[in-house]
Amino acid sequence: MTEKDFLCLTPFLIIATAPIVIMIVISILRNYKVVYGFSVLSLLVAFASIFLIIPSVPHTIEPLFIIDIYSLFFLGIIIISALLVTLLSYDYIKQLDGVKEEYYIILFTSTLGASLLAVANHFVLFFLGIETLSISLYILIAFQRSKDSSIEAGIKYLILASVSSAFLLFGMALIYTAFGTMQFSAIASALVTGNQLSPLVISGFGMMMVGIGFKLALVPFHMWTPDVYQGAPAPVSAYIATVSKGAVMAILIRFFFNLRGFENQYFFITISGIAILSMFVGNLLAIRQQNIKRLLGYSSIANMGYLIIILLTGSNKGIQASIFYLISYFITTIGAFGVISLLSTCKDEAEKIEDFKGLFWKRPWIAIVFTLSLLSLAGIPITAGFIAKFYVILEGMKAGLMVLVFSMIINSVIGLYYYLRIITTLFSAAGDTKLPELSFTGNITLAIIGISILILGIYPGWLIDIIVRFVTL
Amino acid sequence: MILVYLIAILLTGAFLAWITGKWNPVWSRIISLAALSIDLIIITLFVLQSIPSEKDWLIDIKFNWIPQFGISLHLALDGLSLVMLILTFFLGLISVIISWKEIDSRVGFFHFNLLLILAGITGVFLSLDLFLFYFFWELMLVPMYFLIGIWGHENRTAASNKFFLYTQASGLLMFISILAFYFIHGHNTGVYTFDYLQLLGTSMPASTSMLIMLGFLAAFLVKLPVVPLHNWLPDAHTEAPTAGSLILAALLLKTGAYGLFRFIIPLFPSASMTFAPIGMLLGVIGILYGAKLAFAQTDLKRLVAYTSVSHMGFVILGVFSFNELAYQGVVMQMIAHGISTGALFILAGQLHERIHTRDINKMGGLWEKAPVMGAIGLIFSMASLGLPGLGNFIAELLILVGVFKTNILMSCLASLGLIAATIYSLRIVQKVFLGKKNKDWELSDLNFREKIVAASMVVVIVWLGLFPKPVFDTAKPALLKTLNKQKEITFQNPGSNSDNAEKVLCEPSCNPLCTFVVKPNLFNHKGSQSKAQSNTKGNQDNLCP
Repeated sequence: MTEKDFLCLTPFLIIATAPIVIMIVISILRNYKVVYGFSVLSLLVAFASIFLIIPSVPHTIEPLFIIDIYSLFFLGIIIISALLVTLLSYDYIKQLDGVKEEYYIILFTSTLGASLLAVANHFVLFFLGIETLSISLYILIAFQRSKDSSIEAGIKYLILASVSSAFLLFGMALIYTAFGTMQFSAIASALVTGNQLSPLVISGFGMMMVGIGFKLALVPFHMWTPDVYQGAPAPVSAYIATVSKGAVMAILIRFFFNLRGFENQYFFITISGIAILSMFVGNLLAIRQQNIKRLLGYSSIANMGYLIIILLTGSNKGIQASIFYLISYFITTIGAFGVISLLSTCKDEAEKIEDFKGLFWKRPWIAIVFTLSLLSLAGIPITAGFIAKFYVILEGMKAGLMVLVFSMIINSVIGLYYYLRIITTLFSAAGDTKLPELSFTGNITLAIIGISILILGIYPGWLIDIIVRFVTL
Repeated sequence: MILVYLIAILLTGAFLAWITGKWNPVWSRIISLAALSIDLIIITLFVLQSIPSEKDWLIDIKFNWIPQFGISLHLALDGLSLVMLILTFFLGLISVIISWKEIDSRVGFFHFNLLLILAGITGVFLSLDLFLFYFFWELMLVPMYFLIGIWGHENRTAASNKFFLYTQASGLLMFISILAFYFIHGHNTGVYTFDYLQLLGTSMPASTSMLIMLGFLAAFLVKLPVVPLHNWLPDAHTEAPTAGSLILAALLLKTGAYGLFRFIIPLFPSASMTFAPIGMLLGVIGILYGAKLAFAQTDLKRLVAYTSVSHMGFVILGVFSFNELAYQGVVMQMIAHGISTGALFILAGQLHERIHTRDINKMGGLWEKAPVMGAIGLIFSMASLGLPGLGNFIAELLILVGVFKTNILMSCLASLGLIAATIYSLRIVQKVFLGKKNKDWELSDLNFREKIVAASMVVVIVWLGLFPKPVFDTAKPALLKTLNKQKEITFQNPGSNSDNAEKVLCEPSCNPLCTFVVKPNLFNHKGSQSKAQSNTKGNQDNLCP
């Protein structure tokens, strides 16, 4: 490895070193605050180091890594999301009985897995990243060992994720058999020369689709989502909904565009079908939910359905739209789950819709951030979600995907219905639920999230400018 | 910059009202009053200073917003928007005053929402960028939803949801149309922009144009509302607090009518011509059906809500007649209906505040107890039935006359609506204020604050009825601009739908556009009601020599 290779891997090295340091520290002295502070600091340094390596990209470390602006962008999004989740976890994890410092170690390893996905250029790194991410998530989901639902969710995720990983691995193996290579670009060129897709390759890609579909919770591989979202601690649900999905999306986009999958009619039909199904199933099932975490789970299914429309646009502009969409979706989702986790105590999770009754009159600022998040998920103007949806619709229409765009719009209306239901509850007469006191960091984080939602909704030009100028694949 | 200030003042006022409302509710009321008064003063000063009618736009400003997508902050003012703005700020003031006692919980947040809605409405009346227009269009919704959902009556949640879903769904259809328009224009010229002035005159196949127009129409006709799409309106009006009903009826519905003028007719000249017979038919159905349902209601607010449906039927009837007289009438109808229906809603609110019911079967004989209230009720019921001397009469008459020139049958059917209006309006007076007492209600008459509100609205409606010329003069250039565009384009390519074009415009002896040349002084200063009536007829003769 050269010096430049090392330089380009700085963020990964930082993220990988941090958990080791924490492990050593807690073996000597357990101090929750120190560990928390160190985690926040390491994530900040990791984020800063991204700027350090911008001059030396694009850079390929054969055969596994490809570090270009696209991957750095995703890396940045992943680290910032992990940072926000960390900030919001403070109070929630602090209340837990037993060990809690380990939470941050595992948060780091899962972030490492996620960020590897952003730079993967090879099946090996792809699988390595996904497994690092998944295994860390098993632990995070079941972190509240005293709670039955948490254990249940952890085991559910464990079993289903292992099955899906098996599918993914077998799919990779089949493709390797067919082409004798595991590098994305090599597979792409083999596909071009090979013209016709042999059944072996088709089943290979099909199986990979199952694995990826599971991670993104696309219909029909979505069954785990509501249970896991409900059972996992609220910050972890936020983490699954954002970092884990975003990282898989990063590699899916890279893989799919490398292969030029949008030109293949099988892929086209499959992806369209999955997108439409995800939108409708996610939104329709969300309508009847009484549990906000489940509801957000279903809403994330629908959101991923909107997002994979981008895969079919087949243009750099589409990728840019997807990045903007992901950023807005990340902020919004973390905001919504952040509110839930700040209002939860370890024994009593604020997850039923009634728990939020009259929140606006008791904790107006929190309720405003929650309202903004929900409006943004629903795609109402002055929020980031509106511009993001607009961007995706715009690129979708440009690529002539009218059916998909129309179903997206129909679904926006369906989606509105259940978001409105929560918002109505927030503003209804106050109930008598007791709310925990809020910490300073929690408040600040939520304020940052709320303001970002507004800024991206009212003046998104600068971010779009940055994305359009730098991000290409 | 004045246009940006108008919106900015409302937005700043909104936030200030919310924050100060935490300490003292009176502050938020005063701040709202101040913000609206400043806006009203600015716009009045502007009117007094100058109305150069030659220019297309009195003020026209443009900043970049999201240049990557060709979205700009393009605001412009012409006569039509000017008139609507004055109405907006005036009724905004009224709505703050009438909420003084009615709203006693969460006052700060109430005024925040109120001012935000008004800012959205102001933006809608000023935007010349389709994206910006949609932005403001949606901006009105959320605070209105809160207004109904938080301070409304018993069934507020269902009503506010219904309102939101209806308007949002139709708004999204408009949004698709906007995008389609954007792409077609971009494809034709290579310039991707949402700018209204650049999108004007985009050529496209007739069928595409029709489809895109239907998307726009969906949003406007739901807002207006037109009969098959009116379902949300009675619920929303009934359940909203008084200020909410006032703003819904007087301003929000008008954004639909404004959209027809500003977007449907100029952007889709030939498609709108094709659609005209259906549009007029919908209008007539709305007039009669709304009136029939209004007659059947026992809930006072619901009754008034259905009269709105009926009155708005006149608007769409007039818009699709492509005739200057009718257009003048439509503008007048927008204002007069805003004032008269608004006043009736205020009255219903005041009654509800006093006797806690809206059921007119439980009322009766209230005149004795509250003579001033009775008199006000009588005046506005008369306005609603179209009594000469009050604004609504001028409006409906002009629309009927204008429509008569293009479609006699529709005009005749629509005039039946006037009879129906008489029946339901008299029923209000009879059931509420006259008739036998059903119960011995304890109620006080209007207090000073309420009298001021009522008096100012009476002054306006009488003024509109007797001396409507300023309104006509102000709105006229804008309306002619719309009509001329229509004429130009339908004459340029008569191929696509020549039948309709001929039917409407090829009456050289009595072309509605000739008023532009003749420039008759419609409604000179006249004192008496009967003279105003005969004057209309006189002018009519002038127009068709």
